[in-house]
Amino acid sequence: MINRNRLFSGGLIDRNILIKFKFNGKPLQGYQGDTLASALLANDIHLVGRSFKYHRPRGILTSGSEEPNALVQLGKGAETEPNARATEIELYDGLEASSQNCWPSVNHDIGALNNLFSRILPAGFYYKTFMWPPSMWMFYEYFIRRAAGLGEAPKEKNPSRYEQKFFYCDVTVVGAGVNGLTAALTAARAGASVLLVDEKPELGGYLLNAKSRINNLDTKKWIKDTVKELMALENVTVLNRTAATGYYDYNYVTALQKITNHLPNSLSKQPRERFWRIRSKEVILAQGAFERPLVFSGNDRPGIMMASSAQTYVNQYGVLPGNAVTLFTNNDHAYSVAVDLISKGAKVIIVDIRSNISEKIRKLCEQNKIETYISHAVIKTDGSKKISSITVQELSEDKQSFVGEAVTIGTDLLLMSGGWNPAVQLFSQSRGKLKYDDQISSFIPDVLVDNQAVIGSNNGDFNLKQSLMSSYEAGLGAAHRTGNKQEVENFINDANEPIEFITAEVVPYVLGSKPVTHGSKHFIDFQNDVTAADIFLAQREGYVSVEHTKRYTTTGMATDQGKTSNVNALALMSHIQQKPVGDVGHTTFRPPYVPQTFGAIAGRNVDQYFDPQRLTAIHEWHIDNGAVFEDVGQWKRPYFYPKKVETMTEAVNRECIAARASVGILDASTLGKIDIQGPDAAKFLNLIYTNAWSKLEIGACRYGLMCNEHGMVFDDGVTTRLGENHYHMTTTTGGAARVMSWLEEFLQTEWLDMKVYCTSVTEQWTVLSICGPNSRKLLASLTEDDISNEELPYMRMKEAKVCGVDARIFRISFTGELSFEINVSARYGRYVWDKVIEAGKKFNITPYGTETMHVLRAEKGFIIVGQDTDGSATPSDLNMDWIVSKKKEDFLGKRSFLRPDTAKNGRKQLVGLLINDKKTVVPEGSHIVEEVSKQPPMKMEGHITSSYFSPTLGHPIAMAMLKNGKARNGDLVKIPLMNGKVVEATVTENVFYDKAGARQND
Amino acid sequence: MFVIKCPYCGERDQTEFSCHGESHIARPENPNEVGDVEWGKYLFFRSNPKGMHYERWTHDHGCRRWFNVQRHTVTDKIMQTYKMGQPKPKGIND
Ligand SMILES: [Zn+2]
Repeated sequence: MINRNRLFSGGLIDRNILIKFKFNGKPLQGYQGDTLASALLANDIHLVGRSFKYHRPRGILTSGSEEPNALVQLGKGAETEPNARATEIELYDGLEASSQNCWPSVNHDIGALNNLFSRILPAGFYYKTFMWPPSMWMFYEYFIRRAAGLGEAPKEKNPSRYEQKFFYCDVTVVGAGVNGLTAALTAARAGASVLLVDEKPELGGYLLNAKSRINNLDTKKWIKDTVKELMALENVTVLNRTAATGYYDYNYVTALQKITNHLPNSLSKQPRERFWRIRSKEVILAQGAFERPLVFSGNDRPGIMMASSAQTYVNQYGVLPGNAVTLFTNNDHAYSVAVDLISKGAKVIIVDIRSNISEKIRKLCEQNKIETYISHAVIKTDGSKKISSITVQELSEDKQSFVGEAVTIGTDLLLMSGGWNPAVQLFSQSRGKLKYDDQISSFIPDVLVDNQAVIGSNNGDFNLKQSLMSSYEAGLGAAHRTGNKQEVENFINDANEPIEFITAEVVPYVLGSKPVTHGSKHFIDFQNDVTAADIFLAQREGYVSVEHTKRYTTTGMATDQGKTSNVNALALMSHIQQKPVGDVGHTTFRPPYVPQTFGAIAGRNVDQYFDPQRLTAIHEWHIDNGAVFEDVGQWKRPYFYPKKVETMTEAVNRECIAARASVGILDASTLGKIDIQGPDAAKFLNLIYTNAWSKLEIGACRYGLMCNEHGMVFDDGVTTRLGENHYHMTTTTGGAARVMSWLEEFLQTEWLDMKVYCTSVTEQWTVLSICGPNSRKLLASLTEDDISNEELPYMRMKEAKVCGVDARIFRISFTGELSFEINVSARYGRYVWDKVIEAGKKFNITPYGTETMHVLRAEKGFIIVGQDTDGSATPSDLNMDWIVSKKKEDFLGKRSFLRPDTAKNGRKQLVGLLINDKKTVVPEGSHIVEEVSKQPPMKMEGHITSSYFSPTLGHPIAMAMLKNGKARNGDLVKIPLMNGKVVEATVTENVFYDKAGARQND
Repeated sequence: MFVIKCPYCGERDQTEFSCHGESHIARPENPNEVGDVEWGKYLFFRSNPKGMHYERWTHDHGCRRWFNVQRHTVTDKIMQTYKMGQPKPKGIND
């Protein structure tokens, strides 16, 4: 046999397939079917890692997903996974894993000094010690972060692929133990579509390893037959290696399926994991129960393990983790483990904390020659890297004091069995209510949510035959409620277990050789190193609420979420507080049930798929012509077009001058466009906009401002009347969706009788905005239609053919220049653009981006909603009283103009600023202060909203929101900058260029 | 995550919808005739009950229609959905 602790036969491993792996660099061997944990135990490796706080040596406690101790760093490089549970890692050829939280090695760990100083590292230590002085926190934190922490996150980008799947079915069964299998098969036979998920590779659950019988068959055989039938049914989906991670409202269950994690070649074409989003009409929880550790002094050494897990290692993996075994228990069930181990050649001693054992158990011990210490406790353990001996002593009847002498016994494997805690985490997530059950001394489901069932030991039901009957009923009920009414005969005739779990005699903590609050290490939460003493301390210091105890001691807050520790912590709190456990309550269980990769949650929504990109029809041309892009919402817009050696400033200056001197062209396709039709359209626009729309002629354009009901500006744009009942509205690029929703909201919820229809047409049109003194000449060369100032004056629209393509030409201007916005069907957009560029060459046509657009509009004092406004500016604050109708009875926002706060004096108002030194471009967002002092705080009276160097004027210009701004023309204001410099500026009106508007009107 | 029955499309996942707060708050007929206190109530005050709540939802990634939802804020159980303009139903556990 290649492994020291490997049995010659038995188990579900394949002894014909040898697997090579490395742990901490050491080459080792295991078999197909092993987990990393079982293979390590087979190689007699018990020391796996160091604990979180005290860096104590830790081994393998369990055989499942609840494992708190045996966390390893799995793999290397970009695919490395921290905090992987050795009990859940299936062995594959070439696997490499290493211990975590130790330096320089697991055997010689410097952090273990914390263990020696543990008396000064109690719960809350970090909070108490490192909170003062605040300036030192950064210093302390550096050392804390280095000392704490578990595994290391990969530093490179994750190369794996993850997928997501949405799934709908009648019945989801979580857990494929014998109860889950029974429920799933019943529901399936009744005709329901069934999803069965189980986190293990092998279906069957705990009874794969026990000597129970169902229908007079060995359980293993019964499981095999049942799984075979389920797999063959078309209405059943079976997922192994799939852990249900979350259970939300309306029977929404998420599950993480591991697809290639257990395979050697990670370059497999399959995704690494698949994240399932499951919505089913009925959910049946059959997740089983976790065996509960006992709280005694030194209960955390390598070589101390849960009794049922040892049974699993023996029966499923053919590994006997120790030969001189002591089993410490408070219940009958653990005796069956002893029998299993003895049958494989181990010597087993049982220490039972109970005062009496039943006649049946006594006989069993006699038959199997088991030495028993009844009414005894393990009070001490020894061994540095692995357990070597234990000390036991008899307890008094009340378990509060010792009787007789302590005895030391050599032991290389100490098993503990403190009873069973139903795995109620998912149930609790679903908002099911728990109650404390005195018989099993644990929490069980009490009030279920709709369309849900909990079965088997998950429901606190430990009698095999009864629970299988209930599982049959649950499966049938779920099928019936989902309309699947085929009759299903009860196929459970008989079932029995050699020794059933009925009750446990729970002791909150076991007396040790030292008092529990003084230096003894009764561990409750293994992963977070929380001891019984910490729970005592929390109660003493007033953190008596369960939520406070949890946060103060960090019990239950590690990656295992307290699966092995929570109930023990509550039992101890109940003991200290002298009230029933049920009254202590429990903390909220939160998803995920087991750690879950971010990759799986993200699925394929990464990189370019993270958020949709919106591209205009001209996008390729922008790329070809060297555009630098800027994100505006989801749109990619050209920011500026630098020529080879140009800086951004140089490019923008060139673009600005070209647009004012001859012709500039802007891709304005991203502008929001809404087609509005219906007999009440004009009436509707009158209510939406602040100005009047009734008298707008067909073919005329008008600028409009929209306010919300608080009277604050929230969008603007030009709307054109296309026909009697037909309008074309434009919005800001970023506000298009918001405006559309706003219009729909009032049409659908407030003015239901209005006949108005709104359609988003943003993508349907490509908009080429050409501006500059030569823009008319350029356009005239591309159309045969009359576009003279008489035929197409400022603020008019004309339908015409441009380059032979149907177009709407709008004479509107955001730059202050003579300007035409040519709208053509997006499918002809690029064609027309190319023609315009070609024809524009003789006018030195210059494409410009959003930055130049911003400069040009700022020179004209046009606002940008969202830049010059922040949701707290009224039209009046923006110096735009001219656009607010005095005549209209009502429009959205009007009433709020009269609210005292909106109408008061001293509001911030929009002004222009000329920088006195004629050269500093003040950063946008800078504050204007009343009085400059050496350092902040200074009393602020405004802030800069827009600030540019104006190439046209040759000096900087800015706009600002300034307290009482309208009345302060000519005032000097002061703007302190981050670098300590103070800039002085003069308040002016906010139109800097061509105040009369001759250029755009021409 | 809820399953919400759009009155126009049927049952869909919550991800297709968005919630827009309390329903049945009518915009005053003649805002000009309404005092500051009453206008303030329309703008800012919502009932926020522990129990039955009537709220507006939109089926954004579907028919884009607005409708009403009667939901219990403790259990998150949706009692019913109904179209805009329909009267507020008399709640069983109001
Ligand atoms: Zn819908």
